[in-house]
Amino acid sequence: MTLDKATVARIATLARIKVPEDEREALARELDAILGWVEQLNEIDTADVPPMASVGHMTLPLRDDVVTEGDRADDILKNAPAAARGFFTVPKVVE
Amino acid sequence: MSGGLTDLTLAAARQGLKRREFSAVELTEAHISAVERVRPLNAFVTETPESALAAARESDARLARGEARPLEGLPIAIKDLFCTEGIRTTAGSRILDGFKPPYESTVTANLWAAGAVGLGKLNMDEFAMGSSNITSHFGPVVSPWQAKGGSNRQFVPGGSSGGSAAVVSARVALAATGTDTGGSIRQPASFCGIVGFKPTYGRCSRWGIVAFASSLDQAGPMTRNVADAAAMLGVMAGHDPKDSTSAPLPVPDFEAALTGDVRGLRVGIPREYRVDNMPPEIDRLWELGIEWLRDAGAEPVEISLPLTRYALPTYYIIAPAEASANLARYDGVRFGLRVPGATLDEMYENTRAAGFGAEVKRRVLIGTYVLSAGYYDAYYIKAQRVRTLIARDFDRAFERVDVILTPTTPSAAFAIGEKLDDPLAMYLNDVFTVPASLAGLPAISVPAGLSEDGLPLGLHLIGRAFDEETVLRAAGVLETAAAFTARPSL
Repeated sequence: MTLDKATVARIATLARIKVPEDEREALARELDAILGWVEQLNEIDTADVPPMASVGHMTLPLRDDVVTEGDRADDILKNAPAAARGFFTVPKVVE
Repeated sequence: MSGGLTDLTLAAARQGLKRREFSAVELTEAHISAVERVRPLNAFVTETPESALAAARESDARLARGEARPLEGLPIAIKDLFCTEGIRTTAGSRILDGFKPPYESTVTANLWAAGAVGLGKLNMDEFAMGSSNITSHFGPVVSPWQAKGGSNRQFVPGGSSGGSAAVVSARVALAATGTDTGGSIRQPASFCGIVGFKPTYGRCSRWGIVAFASSLDQAGPMTRNVADAAAMLGVMAGHDPKDSTSAPLPVPDFEAALTGDVRGLRVGIPREYRVDNMPPEIDRLWELGIEWLRDAGAEPVEISLPLTRYALPTYYIIAPAEASANLARYDGVRFGLRVPGATLDEMYENTRAAGFGAEVKRRVLIGTYVLSAGYYDAYYIKAQRVRTLIARDFDRAFERVDVILTPTTPSAAFAIGEKLDDPLAMYLNDVFTVPASLAGLPAISVPAGLSEDGLPLGLHLIGRAFDEETVLRAAGVLETAAAFTARPSL
């Protein structure tokens, strides 16, 4: 097994998803099975093959760096779990 | 009206409205009743009967003035992945709890501007991650189809656009939108006996569609026949400056492509799609499809797509990687669910633990892993290199053929509750649909027959980039030859 409980804990922290201690073992097994399966890609020689980030039927356009829409703070804050005086609010970050 | 107003194609309903055989309000009321009747299928997350009737009244006024737009007064339903202004949009997830977008997706805006009437928002696999509709926070959608022999087993409608496939098949909406990342339009269309068309990547704007894997996601129509798919795609498609990957190309007259003439068309039959353990009934249907096209004057050509078996593992690196980045925005700060925590990090972790379901967590974690330091080259870049080779396979094939014919899925629909314990078995549903997604190519599923159990099976056509017209033309011929008339029991 290449992916163990400690690795699950590490990537869960990176992904900001709380994974309780008692769920890590089962999750490690599941993720390890998926990773073991995708490793068959190593059978393919990809030396000198460029990676494809997008299907690239076209080049991405540039646009002018201007505001096209604005002044909608109230609309946007309507969906916020917590907001005050035109800002999103979060738990205290600085002591 | 025997058969009823809900049994019409888009084209027939359009004509009936124009000839004043019925009004848009009558047509909409009939569909609203159907929506209520099929509530046990759990296909809708949000019903919008009042705004539907308001839109229908507006359509009747326009029809009376002779100002009908292309989809005037036609009731359709929207996968709940498209943001709809002021109407709850969930993506099938708890984490978007209470989210009402302050804007409208480009595709739905195009549909409303063409006069379509929206019946509501359709259930789906959470964040479009699934092939069964069982990963939805709102519970599974039940297929309107039942197996022969009177057992009461409930089947999945496929996924992720399972609500869309179920309502179109059950005559609840004339058509529906879907989205397809690895097969999410085509696989449920196949399972429910309808047409599902994923156009070329870039044909429809992704703006306002909740993102899953941005290099793969593409919207498309789900309809009861090929002509309707052509008509609806014509309205959904088009360049949108708000999506930088949307193609700055004119939208062809897709309906005009349905000439019924495939004489001389070269149809590729990829030998690698004869996968191990494929049920004989799938193979037989494929042979039948080849025969139908040959009888119509097309020329079947055996081709090779050597990397076919590597498409799924490639997809299951790339899609989760992109998803882990796209889903980072669900942090309990700007919209949706927030679960309190003592610190900001703890609030994030609690929110995402409670808001995401098991399959979404699994994919976000896989994605995070393959993008993390030390694994990025070995997994993510490797997969992107294989993706290049898969796209090249198609380029090479399309030097010799005009379109490629395969089965849509390796089996008919499975029962709700099956394949739950093994994510890998579930992923195999997309074995035939994922390669075209990785290459960004247009592909359609056409209902072609029934399994021995009496469940629908589809055939799948893949075309060159931005050559939806050839795909539609060949699909029209398959449809005529297949003469699929089976109906779901509900």
